[in-house]
Amino acid sequence: MTTMTIAKAINEGLRATLNNNPRALLMGEDIGPLGGVYRVTDGLIAEFGADRVVDTPLAESGIIGTAIGLSLRGYLPVCEIQFDGFVFPAFNQITTQLAKMHSRSNGNLTVPVVIRIPYGGGIGSIEHHSESPEALFAHTAGLRIITPSNPHDAYWMIQQAVDCQDPVIVFEPKRRYWLKGEVDTESPGPSADPFRAHVLREGTDATVVVYGPLVPVALAAANAAAEDGHSVEVIDLRSISPIDFDTVTESVQKTGRLVVAHEAPTFGGIGGEIAARISERAFHSLEAPVIRVGGFHMPYPVAKVEEDYLPDIDRLLEALDRALSY
Amino acid sequence: MGATHLPSTEFDGTGIDDRLEAEAEARLGDPVEPMVQLLAPDGTLGSDPVFSEYAERLDPAELRGFYADMAKIRRFDVEATALQRQGQLALWVPLTGQEAAQIGSGRASQPQDYIFPTYREHGVALTRNVDLAELLRQFRGVSNGGWNPKDTNFHLYTLVLAAQTPHAVGYAMGIQRDQKFAASAALADGTAGQATEPKAAVMVYFGDGASSEGDVHESMVFASSYKAPVVFFCQNNHWAISVPSSVQTRIPLANRAKGYGFPGIRVDGNDVIAVHAVTEWALERARQGEGPVLIEAFTYRVGAHTTADDPTKYRESAEEGRWRAKDPLERLEKYLRAEGVADDAFFEQVRADGDELAAYVRKTTHDLETPDIRTAFANTYVEAHPLVAEELAWFEEYSAGFADEAEPADTEAAN
Ligand SMILES: Cc1ncc(C[n+]2csc(CCOP(=O)(O)OP(=O)(O)O)c2C)c(N)n1
Repeated sequence: MTTMTIAKAINEGLRATLNNNPRALLMGEDIGPLGGVYRVTDGLIAEFGADRVVDTPLAESGIIGTAIGLSLRGYLPVCEIQFDGFVFPAFNQITTQLAKMHSRSNGNLTVPVVIRIPYGGGIGSIEHHSESPEALFAHTAGLRIITPSNPHDAYWMIQQAVDCQDPVIVFEPKRRYWLKGEVDTESPGPSADPFRAHVLREGTDATVVVYGPLVPVALAAANAAAEDGHSVEVIDLRSISPIDFDTVTESVQKTGRLVVAHEAPTFGGIGGEIAARISERAFHSLEAPVIRVGGFHMPYPVAKVEEDYLPDIDRLLEALDRALSY
Repeated sequence: MGATHLPSTEFDGTGIDDRLEAEAEARLGDPVEPMVQLLAPDGTLGSDPVFSEYAERLDPAELRGFYADMAKIRRFDVEATALQRQGQLALWVPLTGQEAAQIGSGRASQPQDYIFPTYREHGVALTRNVDLAELLRQFRGVSNGGWNPKDTNFHLYTLVLAAQTPHAVGYAMGIQRDQKFAASAALADGTAGQATEPKAAVMVYFGDGASSEGDVHESMVFASSYKAPVVFFCQNNHWAISVPSSVQTRIPLANRAKGYGFPGIRVDGNDVIAVHAVTEWALERARQGEGPVLIEAFTYRVGAHTTADDPTKYRESAEEGRWRAKDPLERLEKYLRAEGVADDAFFEQVRADGDELAAYVRKTTHDLETPDIRTAFANTYVEAHPLVAEELAWFEEYSAGFADEAEPADTEAAN
């Protein structure tokens, strides 16, 4: 066990990937000598050279498009998109090509491209640097989407993404890059399956489902609720596509109440999908409607008011209160 | 001064293999585009068969104005950087080194022209009379825009690289259509031949890094196909954050224009007189209906990419030193002094004006009000939208729940 930040854990995970897979390579803007704007690829170009850590031209569609070509030729590209808001020039390649290549080829072709995207707000940044576009990708069949919330998962999930034969988008919670935690580099343990949700805290009165940046917020809210005598179960979803509905269903069957929270706008978000599924699967266990907590239906607001936008402990507690009031 | 078309220094110091460069050139069959320069780093004025004529149009007041603007915007840059360091701005994007490219080109535009900047065009904003304090709203995190583009025909900054280039072409296509409308209206009401609105053009700014984005390619295709009155102004400051321009292009960027079927010119971007001349030529041409031009201003970003960047990680400070020797302000100062166009008193006044601007910007930044998130609810759509109304109602009710808690603190503050 060693202690490290999420950023460092991804760095170590990438290092392990490059060591273990001669055909793995990293691609992205500024990922070379600079080590990426978040320094997640720090030191890797010095260690593996410019053929394995490729500083690309400034062109997201080009990055993903050429990664698709490389993967068709048997390589394992891991692409970095600099910020959430800059993935859209590549949206076409990701959704119309990457996601569909396997199915279009009747299963003959695989394109195991990994795309790393720092996402989410709370860093006081300017426009296009704080968005949560995961639902736009989750809606597209053919992509897998995971998001670590702690260093151990971060270390293992990036490697599991590279090992996966399907295209995987790893949404990295950028405001948690400096969050420290223990990493077992010998064994993933319960994190062996990146597509399974984890119950982080057991409870009996209500379930809170979160992922990525909101995990610490949900744990803090559950602690606060405990002081008021409420026992709240917290689930870290970890995988956004597929979603581990079994773990969520089981929890709701026990607690009878569900709150789903994410930073992305509530409307059309992942929370709606979970609410609908759980209503189908656990209708008779539910003692309250599933409550969603998320961003508003507006472009991500300016930094000075993002506190009003982002779900925080109070917003989660208010939602829990509503759920518990039924 | 003899030769005015200097050889390109595109690949100097970027570690590019000479053999590769020669091969690329041989394959393309074209020589590297020469670079237009009028004012040399030592402050002497050369001549050019095409562009000297434009330089000769400049009177002493305009030349002094170029200097005053460049000095002002450099002073502003220093102030904004300091404000960021003091936590007053979330981020700052410095322009030091690029003053001539921006002031020269911006001053060549006319009020009826429309400008699409990226995010570093503070100097161009100055030439368009944008209140510089308003530029800071975006970097302070109180606005995603900050000024009304209709007031100055200076569009909002764009952070998604290259996304504004097709907008510029579309706007230029709109100008073409307006001219046709005006012409047929004039025919219809018998006013043909009488004075009309001055002709307009569009200028769009982007960087050497952004030139790799697909949007730039597509906008050049459209501009060429429709002969749109647009000037593409690429500031090649040699670095896209940590990636050198040699990764974006193996040939001078200006040469790309040929492939689209319109002229491309590389100009010394640290020579305000040449930049002004070339841009004036290109804009006049566009206004006359002769179609687009690509200008590559060959310059250098002397400081960091932004206040969040650390250039020591990816480039040698010697490179920065070489470019400092080509400083656009020093160069013009030498010329103005040698020609007797400006004296100590002038430069003293410029310095004082700069300090005054800095003080103004400092004060207004502190005063920039934090908006209410309700304005974001209000501005998401033009027309009423039930989902927004529902969420706003929820937000009001939710916030009201905290009103009781807030009261004691408020009373305290009032005491
Ligand atoms: C589509 C997109 N991708 C990535 C970024 C992140 N980014 C911001 S500035 C920059 C470098 C831009 O370089 P260049 O176009 O040369 O302009 P400069 O900043 O040097 O003026 C990058 C990669 C972005 N803003 N937009």
